[in-house]
Amino acid sequence: MISFSQVNKRYPGGFEALKNISFSVERGEMVFITGHSGAGKSTLLKLIPAIERPTSGSLLVSGQNVGAMRPGAVPYLRRNFGLVFQDHKLLFDRSVFDNVMLPLAIGGFETREAARRARAALDKVGLLEKERAYPITLSGGEQQRLCIARAVVSRPSILIADEPTGNLDSAYASEIMDIFRAFNQVGVTVLIATHDEAVLERMKPRVIRLARGALLP
Amino acid sequence: MKGWIVQHAQAMGFTLRRLVRAPVASLLNILVMGIALSLPAGAYVLLENLQALSGQVNSAPQVSLFLALDAARSDVEKTEARLKSHPEVKRYRFVPRDQALADLKRNAGLADVVESLKQNPLPDAFVVDARSGAADALERLSRELRQWPKVEHVQLDTAWARRLDALLQLGRLAVLALATLLAFTLVAVTFNTIRLQVLTQRDEIEVAKLIGATDGFIRRPFLYFGALQGLAGGIAAWVVIGAFLALLNGPLSELSQLYAASLYLRHLPLQDSLSLLGFSAWLGWLGAWLSVSKHLQQVNPA
Ligand SMILES: Nc1ncnc2c1ncn2[C@@H]1O[C@H](COP(=O)(O)OP(=O)(O)OP(=O)(O)O)[C@@H](O)[C@H]1O
Ligand SMILES: [Mg+2]
Repeated sequence: MISFSQVNKRYPGGFEALKNISFSVERGEMVFITGHSGAGKSTLLKLIPAIERPTSGSLLVSGQNVGAMRPGAVPYLRRNFGLVFQDHKLLFDRSVFDNVMLPLAIGGFETREAARRARAALDKVGLLEKERAYPITLSGGEQQRLCIARAVVSRPSILIADEPTGNLDSAYASEIMDIFRAFNQVGVTVLIATHDEAVLERMKPRVIRLARGALLP
Repeated sequence: MKGWIVQHAQAMGFTLRRLVRAPVASLLNILVMGIALSLPAGAYVLLENLQALSGQVNSAPQVSLFLALDAARSDVEKTEARLKSHPEVKRYRFVPRDQALADLKRNAGLADVVESLKQNPLPDAFVVDARSGAADALERLSRELRQWPKVEHVQLDTAWARRLDALLQLGRLAVLALATLLAFTLVAVTFNTIRLQVLTQRDEIEVAKLIGATDGFIRRPFLYFGALQGLAGGIAAWVVIGAFLALLNGPLSELSQLYAASLYLRHLPLQDSLSLLGFSAWLGWLGAWLSVSKHLQQVNPA
């Protein structure tokens, strides 16, 4: 479903963030990407929805060459993904409910159906009673969960989460991991970047390890 | 298809909320646009009214008809009969050649010259008041009269009407130039408004792009906003002109009693009104489009 082959990424300025990365992820898999800070985890995840483009090598998603995709096609590619960003990217001038509605508005859902789905997504992450609140009033863990709700509301086939448990205590972290596992169990492909070794210990998932931009065996 | 309609309806909803959320700024913008538009549109209205009035007030335009020198008494009578029954002729006065010569003689400086003439060089003439003062109607009448038998020469005094026409033409040109200039104002106002909106909604735009919004989706509310604000500006201009005309029509109706003519300034006819609104909406849309196209690139997360 997702396959990297000999992918390199050099940022403008010359820094080589990824070097010769090759691996693939099958449909329905749950894969963790780990490594030290600055190892290139976020960069790797950003390549998949074409937020960054590889400098060389090929990256295929569902048979499409993402590296060479023309800009006009990128929005439609991105709608296949649910993205949880390391820095949340919530809209602080919109309510919790409206934040979750955004992907549905983009997808052109009819308002009533969209509202129903948004509430279902909020319910799944336990934020239904906060739907009228504004993100600024939410705790760190709640903001994290709001991000997840927004990522899953349009029922994507691939979930990509960058440090979804970053700076959360382990109780919160395992709660959030359980949410991801539940999505994986209904067939969603899940990619998660984390440096939380405790989670890896507990879940024993497939792990891709990065160090200074290169894959560790 | 359904999704498409829903998206447009939602974008319209966003837009309206945005307009209402900043009522003072929106109102000021609309006022600026309205005043800018009302200048050329108002001038146009006045010109149109002037054109209509010129037909009405043109003080009994005259056509002078000179018969041939060898015209007989019967020719004069025939011509007179034809004038009498002509629908375009309001009034006419016969000037016999002898009287014309006598008039000339009475003119102090010319008396000697006239005295020395062996015979009367002047023809019989009619002075005709036409029913319509419009330049082209007069033109048509004089062309017709010229065809009549024993008519040597027809002189048409449309200089006044022509001068007015030329002035109106010039006025129209000035209105066009003014409209073009102020159209830029409208585009500029919208451009700036939208620039500010794009900047304040950077985060929203960035996130929307990241989760799969097309450029069209992002543009749409801004374009609607521009068009809607432009439309409101057009309506404001229409109202401003209306108020101005109402103000003028009071004193004019008194004047018209003095002149026994109906002087009344009319607002833009329906079709022109719709053109005004359509044009202003289009200008707003254009300003928004230029602005969004330029500023969207600055908010580009790949
Ligand atoms: N836009 C950019 N321009 C230049 N260099 C960048 C850019 N983004 C990331 N980098 C560099 O690329 C390297 C990898 O960054 P990346 O964000 O992928 O690391 P990471 O593994 O996600 O780290 P963390 O665990 O801290 O989130 C870092 O050294 C970073 O400085
Ligand atoms: Mg990172």
